[in-house]
Amino acid sequence: MAAAETASEYIRHHLGHLTNQASGQKKIVDFSYFNYDTFFWSVAMGVVGLTIFTIAARRATSGVPGRFQGFVEMIIEMIEDQSKSIVHGNRAFIAPVALTVFLWVALMNCLDFLPVDMFSGLIHLFGMESILPHHRVVPTADLNGTLGMSLGVLALMLYYNLKIKGLGGFLKEILSAPFGPWMFPFNLALNLIEFVAKTVSLAMRLFGNMYAGELIFLLIALLGTTATTLGFVGNVLAGSIWAIFHILIVFLQAFIFMMLTLVYIGQAHEGH
Amino acid sequence: MTDLAFVALACGFIIGMGAVGASIGIGLMGGKYLEASARQPELMNALQTKMFVLAGLIDAAFLIGAGIALLFAFANPFVAG
Repeated sequence: MAAAETASEYIRHHLGHLTNQASGQKKIVDFSYFNYDTFFWSVAMGVVGLTIFTIAARRATSGVPGRFQGFVEMIIEMIEDQSKSIVHGNRAFIAPVALTVFLWVALMNCLDFLPVDMFSGLIHLFGMESILPHHRVVPTADLNGTLGMSLGVLALMLYYNLKIKGLGGFLKEILSAPFGPWMFPFNLALNLIEFVAKTVSLAMRLFGNMYAGELIFLLIALLGTTATTLGFVGNVLAGSIWAIFHILIVFLQAFIFMMLTLVYIGQAHEGH
Repeated sequence: MTDLAFVALACGFIIGMGAVGASIGIGLMGGKYLEASARQPELMNALQTKMFVLAGLIDAAFLIGAGIALLFAFANPFVAG
C-alpha cells in the first residue's frame, strides 16, 4: 500500500475501473473505454447463477424435496406469482427473463459484501499491479453495467409492443395515447420521454444504490478506523451495522429491478 | 468562493434535500400501511410486498442524487483534481 496516502486518494484509487486505456475517462459518454472488470464479474456471476440452477434442475425429484430444491422452488414460485399477476399473456419467455434478471442482479450485488481491500491485497500479493492497476468488483456499481441491462429491458419492451400491437397499432398508440389523435406532437414527445425515463431510471436506481453503498463502506472504513481510539474495531462495528442494512438493500434492489421489468413488459401487453 | 467550494455546497444540497423528500415520502407511505394493516390485518402480507417495492421507488430519486453527489465529491469532472 502507498505509504502516506490521503483519504481522498485512497477513495479515488478505489473508484477507478480496470479500463482498456490507461488514463481515466474524462467525458461522460465515451465509447472507446471498456471496463474489463465489469465484463468479467458480470459474466462470472451469470455463470455462477446458471450453474447453481442447472444443478438444482438436474437433481430435482418429484418426491419429498431436500432443502436446496425447496429453496430454489421458493424463488421460482415467488417469481411465478409475481409474473402471473402482472403480465397477462404468454409468459413462457417472460417469467424466465424475470428469474434471470432477479438472480443475476442479486448475485452481482452480493459481490459488494467482499471487503474492498481484499482485491487490492491479493493484487499486491501476486505482484500484478502493472496488469491490474485499478479494480472494482461490483458490476452493478458501474453505470455501464446497469445501463446495459436496462437497455436489454428496453429492447424487450419494444419487441413485445411491436409483437402484440403490430407496427401500425404501436405507432397509432404512440401518436394518440393520452390526448387524442389531433395532438400527436405532444403525444409523441410524451411517449418517447416515457420510454427514455423508464430505461434511465431503472438503470440509475440500481447504480445509485450500489455506488452509494460501496462508497459508504469505504467512508466507514476510513472514519471508523480513525475517529475513535478503538482503531480497527471501530471499523468492524460500524461496518457490520452498515453491512447488515446493505443485505436488505441488495435483495430489495434486485427484487425491484425484477418487478419493474415485469411491470414494463406487462404494460407493453396492454394499451394505455 | 472557489469552484471547489461551490461543488461542496452543491453536494450538500443534493443529498440534504433529497433525504428530506425521501424521508417524508416513506414516512407517509409507511403510516398509511400501518393504518391499513390495523383496519384489515388479513391484508398485511399482500400489502407488505407492495410497500417494499414502493419504498424502493421512492428512494430511487434520492439515491440517484446521492450517487451523483458522491461522484462529485471524489471524482469531480468540474474541478481539475
